[in-house]
Amino acid sequence: MINSHDILETINMIDNENLDVRTITMGISLLDCIDEDIDKACGKVYDKICRYAGDLVKTGEDISKELGIPIIHKRISVTPVAMLAAACPTKSPVKFAKILDKAAMQIGVNFVGGYSALVHKGFAQGDYALIESIPEALSCTERVCSSVNIGSTKAGINMDAVAKMGAVIRRSAELTADRDCIGAAKLVVFCNAPEDNPFMAGAFHGPGEPDSVINVGVSGPGVVRAALAKAGDCNITEVADIVKKTAFKITRAGMLVAKEASKRLSVPFGIVDLSLAPTPAIGDSVAHILEEMGLEQCGAHGTTACLALLNDAVKKGGVMASSHVGGLSGAFIPVTEDAGMIDAARSKALTLTKLEAMTAVCSVGLDMIAIPGDTPAEVISGIIADEAAIGMVNSKTTAVRLIPAIGRSAGEELDFGGLLGSGPIMDVNPKSPARFISRGGRIPAPMQSLKN
Amino acid sequence: MNAVITVIGKDNVGILAKVSNECAQVGVNIIEVTQSVLQGLFAMIMYVDISGCTVPFSSLVDSLTGTGEKMGVKIHVMHEDIFNAMHTI
Repeated sequence: MINSHDILETINMIDNENLDVRTITMGISLLDCIDEDIDKACGKVYDKICRYAGDLVKTGEDISKELGIPIIHKRISVTPVAMLAAACPTKSPVKFAKILDKAAMQIGVNFVGGYSALVHKGFAQGDYALIESIPEALSCTERVCSSVNIGSTKAGINMDAVAKMGAVIRRSAELTADRDCIGAAKLVVFCNAPEDNPFMAGAFHGPGEPDSVINVGVSGPGVVRAALAKAGDCNITEVADIVKKTAFKITRAGMLVAKEASKRLSVPFGIVDLSLAPTPAIGDSVAHILEEMGLEQCGAHGTTACLALLNDAVKKGGVMASSHVGGLSGAFIPVTEDAGMIDAARSKALTLTKLEAMTAVCSVGLDMIAIPGDTPAEVISGIIADEAAIGMVNSKTTAVRLIPAIGRSAGEELDFGGLLGSGPIMDVNPKSPARFISRGGRIPAPMQSLKN
Repeated sequence: MNAVITVIGKDNVGILAKVSNECAQVGVNIIEVTQSVLQGLFAMIMYVDISGCTVPFSSLVDSLTGTGEKMGVKIHVMHEDIFNAMHTI
């Protein structure tokens, strides 16, 4: 018999504290769709996605209704498209983006990830053409997300790719300037990208993954904040324990959803990504958890320490709740998608330099940050290089998702609406790293890579 | 196979009767009921067996949620698995 207190606690979490399962993401391998005739390849891609994921949305909705827990997104991740583009080098890969968009619309998912290339050690056939085509692909599609892995602890940092991505991010924003530069919001530059991440915009189905797989991303910053608020003035060890216990419960809900989805869709279960993923909704903010720990506002001195504790405790609580944990797993700190971060950025309590420090201890990186529209490509590349260095040296995933706000300057705002949120344009250090970026080459892998 | 029905909201006459009646009509057997009224706020937790349910579980969820809306209370119908997953190791 279930305890009434537990029942009411769960219902309160769902009704008042925004407990939800953020996403069921089906990973689909497109390796068997490779064809030197791009039209044939596109046909196979469309058929395979519709065949495998045709019931994904309905299954997600059924599970949500039966268990009584909201499942916000149903999404698809696919093999990095550069691998398909390699077989048809004379054609523009944008065709693949369009067919992915069409398939996503057909099956009713809101995003499909995998317009991606993995170039941490260099460009293979297909990679360069795909990267060049990203701005056009993101401007002429709605649901396609793109990512490029430019570094890893094992390989070092591909500085030619870093230089290229600064320009690609700018161009993606320019081509969608009439839509608040949304193209750049669907593009992530990674170091140490995970192959099984269910969260957008960085999801792709890595080459080491099975034919298809179900990955689930949990969420629940509101639940963690509420639990800390109830506890009052306890010491920081107790704070860590409360986060762990809450993360355990959240992850168990995610694990249950993952098992059910896997069973009903006859697709193997991959991982649960135990991340605290904020949304712009009130009561769904990671920044507010940090403030509940005792900071006047997110960005104050002490923020990095609070975030380190949070990130670690989430993993410790979640890891026992799931048989397979993966993806990004930790606390996300996107600016425009988090009500507390937006406020902190507006009041200038939170700056880009503080965010960079925070990315050394959070689960991803500089995420959803609007920067002035006149920021040169090489400055964006400099930011990418710094962020990749943090990831490379600390053997963690780091990422950059910056939105150059074309035609606007610091202090003004961008508004994407919906989940991507809105936020102020943040100041960037205007000094130029142009000479460093133009050198090209590869930053050698650090000592940390020599573990064998 | 069991489920949990919770009714939370302002107390009014016949809530329990209405929900029980709806359960009986579709073959849902009530195993245990706890209820309390605190400062006019009604909270009822009903533990039910749905293995003999004659309609799909999602229809039961829809109809009871709708009944709740009509009566001005919040009714949740959730499979017991979610509570077991979150609160037991």
